[in-house]
Amino acid sequence: MHARTDAPSETAAEATPSWPEDIFVILQRFEVRQVPYVPDAGHSQLIERVLGTPSMRAVPLTTEEEGVALLAGAWAGGQRGVLLMQSSGVGNCVNMLSLTQIFHFPFLTLVTMRGEWGEFNPWQVPMGSSTAGVFELSGIKVLRASHPEEVREVVEAAAGQAYNACTPTAVLLSQRLIGAKVFTK
Amino acid sequence: MSQANLLERPNLLERRSVVNQLLAQRKDAVVVGGLGASTYDIAAAGDHDRNFYLWGAMGGAVMIGLGVALAQPKLPVVVITGDGEMLMGMGSLATVGLQKPGNLTIIVLDNEVYGETGGQASHTAGTADLVGIARACGIADVRAISTMAEVEAFASSMQDISSGPRFASIKIDSANLERVLASRDGGFIVTRIRGALGFGPI
Repeated sequence: MHARTDAPSETAAEATPSWPEDIFVILQRFEVRQVPYVPDAGHSQLIERVLGTPSMRAVPLTTEEEGVALLAGAWAGGQRGVLLMQSSGVGNCVNMLSLTQIFHFPFLTLVTMRGEWGEFNPWQVPMGSSTAGVFELSGIKVLRASHPEEVREVVEAAAGQAYNACTPTAVLLSQRLIGAKVFTK
Repeated sequence: MSQANLLERPNLLERRSVVNQLLAQRKDAVVVGGLGASTYDIAAAGDHDRNFYLWGAMGGAVMIGLGVALAQPKLPVVVITGDGEMLMGMGSLATVGLQKPGNLTIIVLDNEVYGETGGQASHTAGTADLVGIARACGIADVRAISTMAEVEAFASSMQDISSGPRFASIKIDSANLERVLASRDGGFIVTRIRGALGFGPI
């Protein structure tokens, strides 16, 4: 049994952070239509917003690489998308990330980080430690946001270079930003 | 089942005839071909500016088709792939089952072997039943096709953009045919499809 808290302290403002809404507004402004995701607690607020928005199609995946292929198809069909996942899912995508170089399509992914900043679960650490490196080896530009007030400008820059310049880009949303998952018996 | 046994099985369909029949009246359909022989089959049926050839991304054909289908709900979108490619992306059938795009058709040309790599047996030669898997993933219209008459009937149903998603497994013989090489230039392929659908470059 485990419970999530928005560490380190539980004020009302931190229980419902505003940065997921900042991301949502940017995605709307860039006319993002397809939002494939593998759920993560750090993305839960954004996923709820997307599910409640008729102009956006939320697409739950069985594995993250499906989302890379989906976004390639979406672009061929004239739509933009964004892939939401956790750092552990990045390794699942490696071969499919070839599509970003083959098709030069506007690939944007927002990745919530685990395995850093006070991580309790050692099983998250190996993939969390190699997440940025895996993206870079795959030809994806990596940006990172670690504090609530910088999420907006980082995601805006990422969306700009992905959608305007077809530069495949990943934004790592630090565990420091999201809060370490708390496990209790 | 060994390759030799497969070749001896009578009444298996011939892949190029099947794909020719499927695409003879394709109209405005976008057609995605999975890595391997299915892409050659689509090219052999005639190059087309709405053909989405894959030379890699094994396991991704159905998801690419889903992305196109959701973006273009009024166009028929047809994925034609092989059993090995489908097995690698089996989870995508569950994702399609959930999204239920009415305009998406998935066709597996099932020769029960990995033909590109020396004819090693695939799981469909043994225990895996892709038709059952597709049905269990929530795709209501699933068929096992074994005659050209069924292929012909299925080809016309592909044009109905409201009654999908649909899935067909077509057992074919495992003969290796001459490769018909489609374009390998991904930028060209996608730009050409986008152009055909009215979208320009960035």
